[in-house]
Amino acid sequence: MKPAPFEYVRPASLAEACELLAANGDARLIAGGQTLVPMLAMRLARPSMLIDIARLEELRGIRAEDGAIVVGAVTRQAVAERDPLVAREVPLLAKALPWVGHPPTRARGTVGGSIANADPSAEIALVAATLGAEVVVRTGADTETISATEFFIGPMITQVPPDGCVTAVRFPRRPAGRVGTGFGEISVRRSDFALVSAAAQVVLEADGRCAECFVAVGGAADIPLRLEGASALAGTRLADSDIAEAIADDIAGLDTMSDLHASGAYRRRVARTLAMRAVAEAREEASRVH
Amino acid sequence: MKVDLNINGVERTVDVEPRTSLLDCLRGELALTGTRAGCEHGVCGACTILLDGEPVRSCLMFAVQADGYEITTIEGIAPAPGELSVVQDAFVEKHGMQCGYCTSGMVLAAHALLMRNANPTDEEIRDAISANLCRCTGYGQIVEAIRLAADNLAQSNVFPAERVR
Repeated sequence: MKPAPFEYVRPASLAEACELLAANGDARLIAGGQTLVPMLAMRLARPSMLIDIARLEELRGIRAEDGAIVVGAVTRQAVAERDPLVAREVPLLAKALPWVGHPPTRARGTVGGSIANADPSAEIALVAATLGAEVVVRTGADTETISATEFFIGPMITQVPPDGCVTAVRFPRRPAGRVGTGFGEISVRRSDFALVSAAAQVVLEADGRCAECFVAVGGAADIPLRLEGASALAGTRLADSDIAEAIADDIAGLDTMSDLHASGAYRRRVARTLAMRAVAEAREEASRVH
Repeated sequence: MKVDLNINGVERTVDVEPRTSLLDCLRGELALTGTRAGCEHGVCGACTILLDGEPVRSCLMFAVQADGYEITTIEGIAPAPGELSVVQDAFVEKHGMQCGYCTSGMVLAAHALLMRNANPTDEEIRDAISANLCRCTGYGQIVEAIRLAADNLAQSNVFPAERVR
């Protein structure tokens, strides 16, 4: 459990970090290191250089910008968990963060790191996909913004090129009006990796009809997936039967993973149940807002 | 690679390879062996330390990353040599240990909790130690010990910021 030797550098700016990354083919970025360090310890990763971006001020912090709450990539999960702006403006993220790893991993782990790592069961990635957040990626001197619904390609695979760096995640601000959120996951023990998870955000009209409903599932397939059929819920009263009907095709079409912990059939069943519960929780929460 | 570390309020300079974990640095370079080496890949929590008051796994960071933080190890939490912190005392009182291997990590996780939350529920206590494995499975007494520590702190007449010590 000892990593192979590597060179350690701590660049003074994002620009310098990107130059180092481009100039060293097998270099890796490190921020919180809560996934990378175990991979180094088990020698599943053997980079020649670690580029430490954890202290870059330009990648840190949480701020409101137009319609988004911008979370700097190296913002620690524990910081986001306690942030009043996140609690008020991105309630779904606030609800999901306590489910991410354990207190000690959240103390070091970063929001951008979780997104870049693209674990299929990661809660932050699920929230980003649910809300249609945007991931800001810098490659060399270029910056591009990628929708979280397109950012994830497969397990641990994203659109970020080898010399790219996730610099921020832009979560849409809570819409005006009656908003509710729901989140749930099933794991072997609390704080373990989710076998399946689901997240939802609902906006209700004054008369209680659904104005907007987003719901996504994580851990079931190889990336967090938004259930697009939920758009048909607009105008309904979000009765359990409405929800079941709206998501049926998406659930049936899930390309679920099978592994030692859970079969694909189990994941599909749990994905349906958790998605329904998440929407119902969001509905109940929104209905209490007047 | 030289790095300056602030450990238990003392500045120390070590010269380590970049791949040296903070855990190995504490134990091997500084002889602070109260921090336990368990799985060495972030699963067991035996190596938990406090970094600016937050519980952190010292096997999941490198010593060269640890400059500029206040590092607290199990050796640094008692108020004076020969004394015990309120949390340590409660672990003794409730027999919150069996073999003792997980104890340093458990005690530090409890300290981090009580510094932030003076009156935790049992669920919050369990959540706070959820990252720490006890293979003797003595979790019941550990939860009781942290509960007792919280109760003792609540009745303490020491200034709040100093109470956990």
